[in-house]
Amino acid sequence: MSDPKAKVVILGAGHAGGSAAAFLRQYGHEGPIVIIGDEPIPPYQRPPLSKAWLKGEADADSLALKDADWYAETNCDLRLSVTATALNRGAKTVTLSTGETVAYDILVIATGARARRLPIPGADLDGVLELRTAADAEILKSTLGEGRKLAVIGGGYVGLEAAASARALGAHAMVLEREPRILARVACDALSTFFTDYHRAKGVAFELGVEITAFEGENGRIKRVRLADGRGIDCDAALVGIGAIPNDELAKDAGLECVNGIVVDLEARTADPSVFAIGDVTHRPLPLYDRSFRLESVPNALEQAKVVASAVTGRAAPTPEVPWFWSDQYDLKLQIAGMPFDADRILVRGDPATAKFAVFHLKGDQLQSVEAVNAPPEFMMGKSLIASRKPVSVERLADPSISMKEVAL
Amino acid sequence: MAKVTYVEHDGTEHVVEVKTGLSVMEGAIKNNVPGIDADCGGACACATCHVYVGAGWEDKTGEKSAMEDSMLDFAENVEPNSRLSCQIKITDELDGLVVSMPESQH
Repeated sequence: MSDPKAKVVILGAGHAGGSAAAFLRQYGHEGPIVIIGDEPIPPYQRPPLSKAWLKGEADADSLALKDADWYAETNCDLRLSVTATALNRGAKTVTLSTGETVAYDILVIATGARARRLPIPGADLDGVLELRTAADAEILKSTLGEGRKLAVIGGGYVGLEAAASARALGAHAMVLEREPRILARVACDALSTFFTDYHRAKGVAFELGVEITAFEGENGRIKRVRLADGRGIDCDAALVGIGAIPNDELAKDAGLECVNGIVVDLEARTADPSVFAIGDVTHRPLPLYDRSFRLESVPNALEQAKVVASAVTGRAAPTPEVPWFWSDQYDLKLQIAGMPFDADRILVRGDPATAKFAVFHLKGDQLQSVEAVNAPPEFMMGKSLIASRKPVSVERLADPSISMKEVAL
Repeated sequence: MAKVTYVEHDGTEHVVEVKTGLSVMEGAIKNNVPGIDADCGGACACATCHVYVGAGWEDKTGEKSAMEDSMLDFAENVEPNSRLSCQIKITDELDGLVVSMPESQH
């Protein structure tokens, strides 16, 4: 069934694409591997771009998933600064922006997601920024410094982490959020409140429930963000972190089913037996929650990279993981396991005022998800309980003096 | 710079030179030593870079932070000499360090 000499073409040299190549070799795949990436540097870790990179503590070399020579040494043809412009599933070829045609036996689409843009006047001004790539991070970094003003559009993880980094560099930050609370799509009220308070105490300003109507500038460079209520927020740069859009156009045009991302099964397969998809670009089943979803996380990219490498090499697939995620802001470590789907109750363990607590989402006495702040035991045990579906004692769970090792019934 | 020996669960040894300032985890990942997964890239968020520090080296690898300690407390097959390798920074003092990996990080 699996051909160890099959030629695998990986579209996308991000975390998923780069990891897929590494796992393919680790699991013994012998055939040639071609990796096609539109950035000028080899695959690297993105999470540090909003943190260590901005603070000058990381660069493309330190973040590289593999040293540059690994690719040639392992017969992985890494093509950088190139995009795929068309996919011909009948001929099993991909057309590149260079005009070349690349044939594949197996195709792995790992094209990720791009930053959503605000389609308002002034969006093309210098200083209106997004943060997906190392190049973006370098530009953002150049705008931060003592006394500089950063307008953060969107109170999601990218914006909040950037705001924390801005403060560390002595820059001012104001978060402009459309919803009544930050993290509206990804976390519960208690967490939104906690993070808003914590950021405020660190000097970050917030405007919640506001709409942005324009970016205004001078000499092609941003000077101000205009709100719908007429107010103008002066800034030296504006970081737009309002979500990401999956790069599924190529797949869609080639007739593959896409629903907010390329639809794949638990083996990362599309309906085409020669085409897989992994990472931020996919809409995938979440077996624990009996539904499909598009996850945007490094753990998901890694899991699907392992899954596709297992499928291609005929190795047993790893046990499906509980989706999980982390975010570092100041000295806060937020770790989230699971998704709050179908939860009928929320339980807070510990006191948010101590900056060490966890919020559990339960369906009856079963854990659906946990959001832990500086609380690794709650995160680790929570993740395990979500996977095992072992019922918990709500009384013991709510009592921080009882170890997480004792909360299962 | 330090010479670090990484020992896989089946006994296979990998001896590599690791630059000062990198973590023991980074030394493994950059040198393609199998057995350390490091899913979170060194953020002390996943506990998949678990190693056992060789006898006589525990003192030189420094103190565990509360975060590392908590994460380890819930990892698998933890022993008294367990560490999260992303939290051990290489110094000249660690020249000759030996660490071994568990059978699996997941």
